[in-house]
Amino acid sequence: MIDKNQQIIDSAIDQEYKYGFTTDIETTTFEPGLDEGVITKLSKLKKEPQWLLDWRLKAYESWKKMEEPTWAQVDYTPVDYQALSYYSAPKYKKNDSLDDVDPDIIDTYNKLGISLNEQKRLEGVAVDAVFDSVSVATTFKKELAKHGVIFCSFSEAVIDHPELVKKYLGSVIPRTDNYFAALNSAVFSDGSFVYIPKNVRCPMELSTYFRINAANTGQFERTLIIADEGSHVSYLEGCTAPMRDENQLHAACVELVAHKDATIKYSTIQNWYAGDKEGRGGIYNFVTKRGICAGDRAKISWTQVETGSAVTWKYPSVIMQGDDSVGEFYSVAVTKNKQQADTGTKMIHIGKNTKSTIISKGISAGEGQNTYRGGVKILKNADNARNFSQCDSILIGNKCGAHTFPYIDVKNPTAKMEHEATTSSIGEDQLFYCNQRGINLDDSVSMIVNGFCKEVFAELPMEFAVEAKQLIEVTLENSVG
Amino acid sequence: MIKIENLKASIEDKEILKGIDLEIPKGEIHVIMGRNGSGKSTLANVIAGNETYEVDSGLIAMNGNDITEMSIENRALQGLFLCFQYPVAIPGVSMAYFLRAALNAKNKHDGKEEMDAVKFLATAKKILSDLGLDDSFLKRSINDGFSGGEKKKSEILQLLMLNPQLAILDETDSGLDVDALRTVAKGVNEFKNDNNSVLIITHYQRLLEYIEPDVVHIMIDGKIVKSGDMKLVHEVEKNGYSWLMK
Repeated sequence: MIDKNQQIIDSAIDQEYKYGFTTDIETTTFEPGLDEGVITKLSKLKKEPQWLLDWRLKAYESWKKMEEPTWAQVDYTPVDYQALSYYSAPKYKKNDSLDDVDPDIIDTYNKLGISLNEQKRLEGVAVDAVFDSVSVATTFKKELAKHGVIFCSFSEAVIDHPELVKKYLGSVIPRTDNYFAALNSAVFSDGSFVYIPKNVRCPMELSTYFRINAANTGQFERTLIIADEGSHVSYLEGCTAPMRDENQLHAACVELVAHKDATIKYSTIQNWYAGDKEGRGGIYNFVTKRGICAGDRAKISWTQVETGSAVTWKYPSVIMQGDDSVGEFYSVAVTKNKQQADTGTKMIHIGKNTKSTIISKGISAGEGQNTYRGGVKILKNADNARNFSQCDSILIGNKCGAHTFPYIDVKNPTAKMEHEATTSSIGEDQLFYCNQRGINLDDSVSMIVNGFCKEVFAELPMEFAVEAKQLIEVTLENSVG
Repeated sequence: MIKIENLKASIEDKEILKGIDLEIPKGEIHVIMGRNGSGKSTLANVIAGNETYEVDSGLIAMNGNDITEMSIENRALQGLFLCFQYPVAIPGVSMAYFLRAALNAKNKHDGKEEMDAVKFLATAKKILSDLGLDDSFLKRSINDGFSGGEKKKSEILQLLMLNPQLAILDETDSGLDVDALRTVAKGVNEFKNDNNSVLIITHYQRLLEYIEPDVVHIMIDGKIVKSGDMKLVHEVEKNGYSWLMK
């Protein structure tokens, strides 16, 4: 049975990527290359204030002195940063009316299943659509404004809400934090900005849909979400890109700030193009995501379903500064073909009675390599801090790998830590059991894997849980025989 | 119903089944008894199509169709059901979800409509109560953290829901207390009718106090050495298997 499995695995893990099309559209694109001039040009183009240009240039200075990290369990052709273009945007002016958005772009999002038409959109979800380097449309802005909620592109926030941007930009991820964060700080082109005022429960789900379209262009977006005291927001991001033979770089930063008694729930469904089955092409997804529970009883919860990208390097983290604050990380990461993922989280306990939960589910098929890397740090004053970590891996076939690297650093003796880790193969006995009840192989695999991911899917907003489930099913179709 | 001719099967080049001939007509209950390691469970698995075992020669036919090379799920869809000796856990997959998936696969194969949720629940609840199980059983992950008795009852629940043509009970009686054994036997008797068949594999006679077989076979070292009726069970009970060895 093992030989037969392997044969079918070898021949069949090339489920078509249905988002791999390109949109032919007139763009303004910078020549490849990166220096102070490019950054200045970008900043001027966006009509940014001087302080932001200075901030970018300082980040660039630091980045030049930094080295690309090599500690992750991933292996890829190095990026030639001078061969990339750092800006590509459709040629048209964004304004408040959605009617003015280029029909080709509307059409692109329609094909991706995202309607930018407010009437047609799923009720209760507002979308910011980021196309290559810029935000092309943000829905429900007026409706949200009635509640005092600011939801707009990052570029607009810089112009319209400079005091908030200046106060919070880089406050969670300093511009020198790491190689990719420094690069992002220097060249970020757009992204989403959210501010939820005190004691407001955001009346709808907010989401950003990232689309890479242009070739040879890096996408560097920046998301900043601020939840003021007692507020609540649930935010979702989705991502896709065309199929190309060259690798493309996506180096984003996401900063979350939750004040006293505020809750931020951040969910990601990442489905960037993963490359073909020989490992040609695909997105390098090198992302820094971090949130701070700045006040007491704040809560930040990351949920991610990672199925795309050739290489993923990503550790959504929470700094629990306020007393009784809570950090959560729920992750499903799937690697197949030659995909590599090194992902996990960092939970930093500073306040008293802080509590963190990590549930990580890694699924490897084909020749995929899946690494969980997680750190839990309990500082000296964090009395009665608690962490629960559970890292499970499942292997489909015998050419893939799963690796777990938990790092634990406890400076306070009252801390309570629990760590569980399992690695298992989808058992032939489980498949036999399902098959014996008349359930075919694909359905059996998807049933077993969905069962395995259940705790994470339960954390996703309802409509996205369905999407995530389907995504996993499509991704793993024919992955076992 | 099922006809097996000169079936030889091995695992890792070790021959376990050394030429089995067995025919179970429609409406009959057959029993295969034998010591541990005689090949009884291997036979059950080979009939179900478990690919851990290699079929070296021989034929398995169900209702006149050769199923020797057929996939596991197609055999199941033809109406073959195996009550597992050690049912495996599938964490996160609820019994209800699993049962519905199995029922829907079967209905689809038979060209029937999917069973609607209301009817499904009503049918399942009736069976659960007969088996002395709570309705919440449907919400639990299959076999995950089940007691020995619950595992076997779960197999019987599936048997009654899926209502196959041939049920193979692989050591279903092992590890059960008297009450659970009675419940399981009651379930099997409920399932049984003139149009289906049962093959019971066991090395005790205790299940046979509650289920009356039509034919009893004794298996020793990969072969059926003797067939008879209930009297054979009593003889084995009294004298062991040695007298049957040549």
